[in-house]
Amino acid sequence: MTIEFELNGKAVTYSGDPDTPLLWALRDDFGLKGTKYGCGVAQCGACTVHVDGMNRRACVAPVSSMEGRSVTSIEGLTGAVAEAVQGAWVALNVPQCGYCQSGQIMSAIGLLGLIEDPSDADIDAAMAGNICRCVTYGRIRSAILQAAQKVKA
Amino acid sequence: MRPWINRRVITTTAFVLAGAFAYINLDYSIAYSLGGKMVDRHEERLRGPEAFSDIPDNAERSEALFREMGKVIESPRCMNCHPKADSPTQREGRPHTPPVTRGVGGMGAEGLQCSTCHGEENVTFTNGEGSIPGHPAWHLAPATMAWQGSSLKGICEQLRDPERNGDRSLDELVEHNSEDTLVGWAWTPGVGREPAPGTQELFGALTRAWVDSGAVCPGTAG
Repeated sequence: MTIEFELNGKAVTYSGDPDTPLLWALRDDFGLKGTKYGCGVAQCGACTVHVDGMNRRACVAPVSSMEGRSVTSIEGLTGAVAEAVQGAWVALNVPQCGYCQSGQIMSAIGLLGLIEDPSDADIDAAMAGNICRCVTYGRIRSAILQAAQKVKA
Repeated sequence: MRPWINRRVITTTAFVLAGAFAYINLDYSIAYSLGGKMVDRHEERLRGPEAFSDIPDNAERSEALFREMGKVIESPRCMNCHPKADSPTQREGRPHTPPVTRGVGGMGAEGLQCSTCHGEENVTFTNGEGSIPGHPAWHLAPATMAWQGSSLKGICEQLRDPERNGDRSLDELVEHNSEDTLVGWAWTPGVGREPAPGTQELFGALTRAWVDSGAVCPGTAG
């Protein structure tokens, strides 16, 4: 069985075990190491990618469920929102150890794709599934707000 | 064992996020021990409508039928997604982790929708110990259909009220309980979860018999 989908804008085919989590396929088969393994049980958000533009935890998404869909990992981000978020992350020096930040950035961009000018409550609700052991939550919030302002300007 | 199970689990076991996730592991340990305690209760058999045919009084039989339906309705598989609060519960009625919110249409907050984690079918975790539930229509019941904290009588009255049962007639309620596949998930909840008692077919038959006997709620028969 082969699974065909779009990955970071390119058509790809996966021919391994269809139950393999997307996270494993990204890292081990497609060589995209930016998406991180954290908990493996959809509790931490480190493995967040976009599937058809929506946030998705890759550790609990069988690669078979990607058939015909469009997957974006941290390596494939493009566009004004992504640039604004990445710029704000750098400007505010958001990461500490950095391990969770790929997932944080993906979730933040997913949020801004749905709500252009999020409130603190919107950010709390959307980012509640992304854990940071370095507790950079304050800087993450500031960076999301800064990115939203930049996109609006 | 599939190679992707071994490789990743082993190479990441000692990873630096261990501290942050320690509470999650504890949470799951508690879940499994609580789950074990719940087994006895949920192994209670669900009786079919014929078990109540010797109750001569129609209203009393109807009440008894609904009490039997209550074994399913009050199971964690149903109650967890009928919260009064803005968040579902999980496992045996504990707070949902991560701390999600209802959002528009019960589909979760923008950016953390139910579908961020829940796919179209149950997915067993790579360690084989537990699973994340899934269904194409995975979502919270509307606030008007909240059951948590209500008595069985209160839930019964809700189910009879079209304003609080999704605008369903009693016949449509029978169809919902008998055929809706999200309701049916309660009997195929995935690894690590106790199913609702009985079968959906039996639950549907009980609902049919309850409606046909007048849909009397517990505590209201003469």
